Amino acid sequence: MALDGQKTAYKYIGTTPNRPDGLDKVTGRARYGADISVPGMLHGAVVRSPHAHAKIVKIDATKALAMEGVKAVITRADFPEGLEGEDWDLQENCMAGEKALYDGHAVAAVAATTPLLARDAAKLIEVTYEILPHVTDVDEAMKDGAPVIREGAADFSVPEGMHPNVVRYFDSGRGDLDKGFAEADLIIERSFTTEAAHQGYIEPHACLGQMGADGRGELWVCTQGHWFMRRMSTAVLGIETTNIRVTPSEIGGGFGGKTTIFIEPLSLALSRKAGGKPVKMVMSRNEVLRATGPTASASMDVKMGMTKDGRITAAHGTFRMQGGAFAGAPVDVTTMLAFANYDIEHVHHIGYDVITNRPRQAAYRAPGAPMAAFATESVIDELCRELGLDPIDTRLKNAAKEGTRATFGPKYGPIGFVETLEAAKAHPNYSEPLGPNQGRGVASGYWMNWGGETSASVAISEDGSVTVSVGTPDIGGSRASMALMAAEAFGIPYENVRVNISDTGALGVNEPTHGSRATYASGLATIRAAEECIGKMCKRAADKWGIDAEAVVWEDGCAKPSGPNAGEFPPMTIAEIAGEMGGTGGPISGHYEDSPAGFSGSFGTHVVDVEVDPDTGRTTILRYLVVQDAGKAIHPAYVEGQFQGGAAQGIGWALNEEYVYGEDGRLQNPVFLDYRVPVASDLPMIDTVIVEVPNPGHPYGVRGVGETGITPPLPAVANAVRDATGKRICKLPLRPSRVLAAIQGKEV
Amino acid sequence: MNYHSPSSFEEASAIAAGASGTTRFLAGGTDVLVQLRADIVTPDDLIDIKHIPGVKEISRTEDGGWRIGVAVAGAEMTECADLCADWPGVVEGMDLIGSTQVQGRATLVGNLCNGSPAADSVPGMIAAGCTVTVTGPEGSREVAVEDIPTGPGRTVLAKGELITGVTIPARGEHGGDAYLRFIPRTEMDIAVVGCAVNLRLDGDTITEARVSLGAVAPKALLVEEAANAIIGTTLDDAALDALAAAASAACNPIDDKRGTIEFRTHVAGVLAKRAAKIAYARAKGESA
Repeated sequence: MALDGQKTAYKYIGTTPNRPDGLDKVTGRARYGADISVPGMLHGAVVRSPHAHAKIVKIDATKALAMEGVKAVITRADFPEGLEGEDWDLQENCMAGEKALYDGHAVAAVAATTPLLARDAAKLIEVTYEILPHVTDVDEAMKDGAPVIREGAADFSVPEGMHPNVVRYFDSGRGDLDKGFAEADLIIERSFTTEAAHQGYIEPHACLGQMGADGRGELWVCTQGHWFMRRMSTAVLGIETTNIRVTPSEIGGGFGGKTTIFIEPLSLALSRKAGGKPVKMVMSRNEVLRATGPTASASMDVKMGMTKDGRITAAHGTFRMQGGAFAGAPVDVTTMLAFANYDIEHVHHIGYDVITNRPRQAAYRAPGAPMAAFATESVIDELCRELGLDPIDTRLKNAAKEGTRATFGPKYGPIGFVETLEAAKAHPNYSEPLGPNQGRGVASGYWMNWGGETSASVAISEDGSVTVSVGTPDIGGSRASMALMAAEAFGIPYENVRVNISDTGALGVNEPTHGSRATYASGLATIRAAEECIGKMCKRAADKWGIDAEAVVWEDGCAKPSGPNAGEFPPMTIAEIAGEMGGTGGPISGHYEDSPAGFSGSFGTHVVDVEVDPDTGRTTILRYLVVQDAGKAIHPAYVEGQFQGGAAQGIGWALNEEYVYGEDGRLQNPVFLDYRVPVASDLPMIDTVIVEVPNPGHPYGVRGVGETGITPPLPAVANAVRDATGKRICKLPLRPSRVLAAIQGKEV
Repeated sequence: MNYHSPSSFEEASAIAAGASGTTRFLAGGTDVLVQLRADIVTPDDLIDIKHIPGVKEISRTEDGGWRIGVAVAGAEMTECADLCADWPGVVEGMDLIGSTQVQGRATLVGNLCNGSPAADSVPGMIAAGCTVTVTGPEGSREVAVEDIPTGPGRTVLAKGELITGVTIPARGEHGGDAYLRFIPRTEMDIAVVGCAVNLRLDGDTITEARVSLGAVAPKALLVEEAANAIIGTTLDDAALDALAAAASAACNPIDDKRGTIEFRTHVAGVLAKRAAKIAYARAKGESA
């Protein structure tokens, strides 16, 4: 009966049925965060700092509280004291204490009977500030004399003598750099910057929180991970974890940005103060852009050496990143992955995590990896140009393979980087002729993926249909993937499986849908839980037939005698076994929990063609190809969607998305009109090739696919612009004014 | 906030004249309501002029021109084939504003009265020589479009005055107009630079021209030097270069999140050339 080892022939895996949540979403029936309403609920609004850095001298809510319909006002005084480490950071970020640390930092919140009333009341809360000097740029924040965001924020890793804004330091490598660079025929060193980019999810943060008089509460919320939500929200409020039950809504995008807390503990605190009335809170886009986490901005120096025939001999990278007013810029990952695509003997990475007066960064799709790829893959492109080498052949020559010791330490298992390069080279896009002002860019990228705490259950219904309960919110079609994997395991039609995202009361702890883990880890758990059900069903059939359970096999949705020696019995279908389970031993379900460690990374190679208007510097994407290793594509259409989505976000980051701060430290573009995410008409249809080098750590070979796709676009687009214009631009975004200045020979 | 729904312009004018505090006229609402929701402008009196008879009509004037009502949405202009044939530049300026949904509401007059230097429909109207009728307590007068905005968010309209219609002149023979804007994306953006060119030919030679620039000064500009650079020419390369130089010279932009002074000044010249070529081709009856 067991499905030990890896399957290679599938009936359902690899098909592309409609997603089970599709109809609800296209008809508007799906319930997102802001769609949750309950009788008697109040509406919350947040007072936010207009200053980048300011001491909070006084908060006077007298006028607001005097308004008819205003039920509660909270400030930091309503939160417990004495938190430390990450919990303190979360609390400080959700509600400012002594200082407002960035433009948009929450300083108070109010609950009232209508949304408009709450908004008007928030305007009447008078906050007295003493404005302090601010800094928003990573390089400026490290300089002597830069305003200190917070003394004592640095951990043990930071060397003596650094500015207090440097809060973490990373240093890793191997080999002998001098020897490696001495072997090179050409050494190129460049400095790069990337700006902060927001995840840009369509759905703003929204929640409804309620705290009862008994100290127990409920939270309905749009989140990527409701156990994270529960742990963080209760920690900052000083409540026992289990006293809050968190139910996730449907989610309109997250990309990592919804793996932490912002307004949720405020809704619970307001509810507690308003006598237990539920409090709904919905962010505006302005709040999302000013006060939730974009990714970090980066300043980087990368130096690489290469032989004439294209072998990388050594690599050195220094990465400085700011992730807002708290430690946490993903520079650890940046250093880890900067050269991870290649087999390099001599390598060294240095990383600085720097705090500034910006919103606290949050995870964004492959956190830290795209910036590193921009620097590394740009330098490789320059080396190939100078040495007259083909960019794909050169990457093939240096590509990490099974058995290669990764630049961050461990040996790779079976991986598909070479296969992505070969497929990219063979694709017609790579040989399409280019016209005037057009250029082609190639770049590769990697994400290591993740397992994480996972708990899932599978239950057989009375008619033989199956309910799968997982704890990872469905953000990219994962319910369809879970249903396909369950259908495959049971040998029953996809339509006979229903997948639920359970609340925190129904399963063990689950990490969020992050790290490209849901299809891998919840999928693995679903398959294992299904196998437990299958074992139980085989036992029921064996008992009925009076034979040993070991003599029963499971095939095509039926229990069957394993062979002639087992006896002659007609197969029992899942429906037949389920129909009589009440009398044969009771309900049949399976459960699985683990922090699975068999995850394996996904490599990708992108090829992009651009045309640059020489008179305006405007870049048009002509063609875009994503080739990536999925391990095994459970639902190929949704895998392609992940590839295309990653590319689209990366193109936005490369071309026009950026956080623009004024001299006053205020964000200048907290609106989608000026924070320029690509619109549909900006992009061509993005071509995809799914490479499948199975991951031996998953029953069906799954690798995560969500994140790798955003890693190559930054350098791929920059390399293409270099090809089209003859100008290497080392700063992102490649907005028209910057590209035009480069074309005109100006310093950019 | 008081909401008013007058049935005549005179009534609307009287309400505005008698109001104290902040007054806004509401037609499409694509600026007024957005500004209200975003706490940018909260009017004390909101005067809805959509229900005044005739405000949603596109009609011909006696001399062959056009009269556009103050509540005519962009989408209605785009669907008026004869208007598009006469004044493609005016229509394409309006059509560039916002999404399909916004096009169902947004109006020429609203775009003008919002007072943005980057308003997409305004350079096309200026180049075409459009006028608007201003009605107020003292009666009505015709004002050239270029004389309406006075700076960012400001217009020449006095208390109690409102615009009651747009007049586009008769197209006449051998004319063509065009509007181009520069945005980093392809849609859903605000002009970094906008340029409209309207011209008339005698054979291959330009006999009349008007050039207007948007987003490069505190208000949309009518640039006579740019028009003079191409009048009397066949839009040869020298004329185009002179046009570009004159357009760039007229710029007085700001550095902001949407573009730099240097970039706007350069691109104004680039767009002037490109818009002139399109207008010229249209005047010759060629597709462009």
